[in-house]
Amino acid sequence: MIQGVFKTLGATVGAAALGFAVTLGAASAEPTKVGFVYVGPIGDHGWTYRHDKGRLAIEEAFGDKVETSFVESVPEGADAERVIRKLASSGHDLIFTTSFGYMNPTVKVAKQFPNVKFEHATGYKRTKNVGTYAARFYEGRTIAGILAGRMTKSNVIGYIGSFPIPEVVRGINAFTLALRKVNPEAEVKVVWVNSWYDPGKEGDAAKALIDQGADVILQHTDSPAPLQVAQERGVFAVGQASDMTHFGPKAHLTSIVDIWDGYYIAKTKAVMEGTWSSEDTWGGLNAGMLSMATYNEAIPAEVVAEAEAARVAIEDGSLHPFQGPIMDQDGKEVVAADAVVEDGVLLSMDWYVQGVQGKLPK
Amino acid sequence: MLLKLEPRGETSRAMIYLTPLLAILLTLIMGAILFALLGHNPLEAMYAFFISPISNSYGLGELAVKATPLILCAIGLALGFRANVWNIGAEGQLTLGAICGGGLALWFYDSESVFLLPAMALAGALGGLAWAAIPAFLKLRFNANEILTSLMLTYVATLLLSLLVHGPYRDPDGFNFPESRLFADSALLPVMVEGTRLHLGAAVAVFVVLVAWLVVSRSFIGFQIKVIGLTPAAAGYAGFRHHSLVWLTLLTGGALAGLAGLFEVAGPIGQITPVISPGYGFTAIIVAFVGRLHPIGILGAGLLIALSYLGGETVQIEMGLPQAVTGVFQGMLLFFLLACDVLIRYRVRWSIGASQEARGTAS
Repeated sequence: MIQGVFKTLGATVGAAALGFAVTLGAASAEPTKVGFVYVGPIGDHGWTYRHDKGRLAIEEAFGDKVETSFVESVPEGADAERVIRKLASSGHDLIFTTSFGYMNPTVKVAKQFPNVKFEHATGYKRTKNVGTYAARFYEGRTIAGILAGRMTKSNVIGYIGSFPIPEVVRGINAFTLALRKVNPEAEVKVVWVNSWYDPGKEGDAAKALIDQGADVILQHTDSPAPLQVAQERGVFAVGQASDMTHFGPKAHLTSIVDIWDGYYIAKTKAVMEGTWSSEDTWGGLNAGMLSMATYNEAIPAEVVAEAEAARVAIEDGSLHPFQGPIMDQDGKEVVAADAVVEDGVLLSMDWYVQGVQGKLPK
Repeated sequence: MLLKLEPRGETSRAMIYLTPLLAILLTLIMGAILFALLGHNPLEAMYAFFISPISNSYGLGELAVKATPLILCAIGLALGFRANVWNIGAEGQLTLGAICGGGLALWFYDSESVFLLPAMALAGALGGLAWAAIPAFLKLRFNANEILTSLMLTYVATLLLSLLVHGPYRDPDGFNFPESRLFADSALLPVMVEGTRLHLGAAVAVFVVLVAWLVVSRSFIGFQIKVIGLTPAAAGYAGFRHHSLVWLTLLTGGALAGLAGLFEVAGPIGQITPVISPGYGFTAIIVAFVGRLHPIGILGAGLLIALSYLGGETVQIEMGLPQAVTGVFQGMLLFFLLACDVLIRYRVRWSIGASQEARGTAS
């Protein structure tokens, strides 16, 4: 299917380029330069790996009409501004900065390079030439919640969190709501590891959670360690960012996979055609910005059908992951039965729903 | 024909200064071979790595900005290392400097006072100093190894920073993201050259280098540090007060690292974020040793290591080489430096057909 998208895109771009060639002559020969700033090494799984897949998709879609470059493992501190500026000053037309910590440096550099377009992932500051984008990963958590609720025997779910930021809290809440809808007995234990990628800590957290009775492990971190521990200990786990099946085929229920390809191709095309404008994009399953990896064969067919039905319902809008009534940890109703949580509230979420154990660190 | 190492009897003063240059030369040669093996024109790659990043005023400014925290931390560490005081926790002391000095910027967010910045610098230095005082106290009172205590306090410092940016330091309008507000102009270090990020902290670092040089080479304290480092027993007989020197070197190191942390948040970062330093406090240990624990050497080593970061970024952008190139260059430099050190105590001799005579004299 993706192949098909590329073909159609290729055809449109080809036609567009032909049009340009007639009107602009030699000017269209200059390739569009697209730069990427990555927070980690590319590797073979996880957040940065998926962004790099998006970069490769741009190359595949536009061939020699684009030139892409990237800088990996750029720390989110004083160095980010220099790297972004370096990309901007070396002729890049479009720059994707793919981590939250790059927000202020991106805005700062963008001010000095008004003709360069910037796209910042997961942030909230926009200017004339800085757009923002993120994916509604919590929609995937809803599906994971259904699977976990049906598969758990101990009714204890372990959840490994990175940092207590709204993005992660939102995921925990979406998961817990779906989990308790199919299994009101189930509860979620959260361990914070204060890192996006730390195989040692993540593995230890998984072991501790399993020792406390958890038989499904969720992670909002990047390493395959929790999945590997789950495989060893004979429990289930849900992978993160990329398809993690091969790290623990028996344990792997599914993964929530990030897909930036379509978005990156569309934005590059917009820059090529001069139609780019600063926007905020927060796309979910229906926008194709995330998908679920293959379901484990150990999951009964009716559970898979239930999960798939939820996926279709989220896509067509008939199911909202944050549909009321929603209780907070004290049992107080925070969202009425006929309401859904607004995007603004989702974006700054700093409270747990009922069913999550422990206190949210503040 | 055999290559032979012959003890010199006494250390060669010339070699102490020549071996770092030799190490750099060998690194360059090996680097060129490496680039050639990767299928790139070695000259072009070397240009992209070492020259292109500093070929304009912005690049030179960036070099100084990157080197400033490394040099400040390394100067403080070197004072201790000379006296056999092994402070490994500059990273934590740097973090405390950012927490204390930066905290002041947030507390007096609306202040436009010219005294805010000096007060922040003072608070930053005191924060680092206080953090270094803990291992000093533990060492002298309980004989706890300062390598362990200072290192472990680094993790405590990082968690403390994390606690603060997720809580009291958090930007009230920041959607609960763990970042502070952007500092007001009165809390930002002035930029010295228009169009660059070269901030006042870089000038302070140069000043610190000069003062440290005077202290090490001209002052009685510098002499005491040297004696204690070389022969603690002699220092004892001479009546030098070991305790005071441990306090002095650790507190100075802590204060300088704290200052470096404050300069980062009040300089290029401009706010408090969950990660202030990409390991400057640890890299500074390398800088201190590459610089031969000498203030001027540290100045050069700091600039060189800083350049290796900038060069790594440039070859990634311009030649599509992986980020690991930076690490490979830093590793080669260290390796050759340590390997070349053998020349300080030994000289290389070519002996033709290992003669009995030579063997006799060597043994």
